[in-house]
Amino acid sequence: MNIQVILGQLLVGLINGSFYAMMSLGLAIIFGLLGIANIAQGAFYMMGAFFSWMLLRWFDIGYFPALILVPLVVGIIGMVIEKLVLRRIYRLDHMYGLLLTFGILMFIQGLFVWLFATAGRPYPVPAELRGGFDLGFMFLPKYRAWVVAASLAFCLATWLIIEKTPLGRTLRAATENPALTRAFGVNVPALMTFGFGIGVAPAGAAGLLAAPIYSVSPLMGGDLVIVVFAVVVVGGMGSVLGSIVTSLSLGLLEGLARVVYPQGANMVIFVIMIAVLLVRPAGLFGREQ
Amino acid sequence: MAEPAALEIDDLHGFYGESHVLHGLSLAVAKGEAVAIIGRNGAGKTTAMRAIMGLLERRSGSIKVKGRETISSPPEMIARLGVGFVPEERGIYSSLDVTENLLLPPKFADGGASLDEIYRLFPNLSERRKSQGTRLSGGEQQMLAIARVLRTGANIFLLDEPTEGLAPVIIEQICDVIDGMKKKGHTVILVEQNFHVASRLADRHYVMEHGRIVDVITCNELAAKHDRIKSLLGI
Repeated sequence: MNIQVILGQLLVGLINGSFYAMMSLGLAIIFGLLGIANIAQGAFYMMGAFFSWMLLRWFDIGYFPALILVPLVVGIIGMVIEKLVLRRIYRLDHMYGLLLTFGILMFIQGLFVWLFATAGRPYPVPAELRGGFDLGFMFLPKYRAWVVAASLAFCLATWLIIEKTPLGRTLRAATENPALTRAFGVNVPALMTFGFGIGVAPAGAAGLLAAPIYSVSPLMGGDLVIVVFAVVVVGGMGSVLGSIVTSLSLGLLEGLARVVYPQGANMVIFVIMIAVLLVRPAGLFGREQ
Repeated sequence: MAEPAALEIDDLHGFYGESHVLHGLSLAVAKGEAVAIIGRNGAGKTTAMRAIMGLLERRSGSIKVKGRETISSPPEMIARLGVGFVPEERGIYSSLDVTENLLLPPKFADGGASLDEIYRLFPNLSERRKSQGTRLSGGEQQMLAIARVLRTGANIFLLDEPTEGLAPVIIEQICDVIDGMKKKGHTVILVEQNFHVASRLADRHYVMEHGRIVDVITCNELAAKHDRIKSLLGI
């Protein structure tokens, strides 16, 4: 078997895993804090890509400023949606959250299809990240290396915020016992709004990272979110570190499957999800209730 | 103008879903006073504490903290009036270590204990500061639950069964801490099954039955009302 083909597919797997990590990280935060399985995460990813495209096309604001602006705008939109819509269903069964966020995904996706149609729009690789490195055994495009590095840095930063800062400490406490945390004087409803913003911002950033690789299309998020959900189930709903580790591992496994058995590559994550659900329903890193 | 009571409850009704649990509870606690709420299991003592903290789903009547009506206030607003709550189940966070548990409640006023002071007061916690909160022994968890609210600058303390299930030596240590709160002029409202502890710490005892106060016994009346207390508490 050609080593270049294997390494090439592993690189693709690592890139996909990086996107899964950024998406599932947010899903884990949101599920842990709000108890909502946020299917709309796909819409925030798509909006991230579209906002990057709009910034460049309409305002001539390039890739690097967009790295700050896009997660910020997507996070703010998320907070507005949490405050106006999601807040009303916290007391209900998880199924309501799933259905409501599915509706939000469909609505936002439909809105963008109506405004921009389904055809993909190109987003150029920034000049600084064009070209690549010749590693001898393979050619590594600079932008793809950047995507992996940037998403890992983003995930690491988010993990550090949650594990090592006073804000993260309060988020973890509110996740574990929201009523008691309120009795200590913490404004948990405001924290939930903020937490939802923190949870969707990485999806927006992932949308920007993805824009130069895939074309920017209203349907790009809906396709990805199904796979990301399977990844989160394998890792364990609500486990931040579990989501990151599982995302990268499953991305690599998917890449490897493309070499070994290409016909089955698209279903390998789902096969693993079924196996994990049968053996360990709480996921590999999740806590049994 | 006279200083408002630290806590004044009038005709408080509380509900868990459809269950009517508190039936017109009324009591008043002056600043710097220590009172105990005593009564049999199921009398509504813990529910009363949760109602004061705004943690009960539905409540009506009046609860004034330092003269401010809080019947419609969310728990975080009540805590910020200077109320420190130690729940019956201790409420130690498993996802936080000892120091993180201590640092969780925000400081609302000056006068709270520093982390160093807390560790001097509870040497056991100091030795286990990096341990996960729920890995501590029952006594250590209770110390942590009390220590956690000492940092915030609170001056009204609601302590729900602080000595439940603890060894006598730990009970003694916790009583000393509550004594210390009283000496600093803080207000203490204590729910306590252990009547010996309650009688040692409280200036007055409110006896609860079926969700309402049925008697108030001061320290001076303890001996005279011994038989009545025994019948009310079933001891």
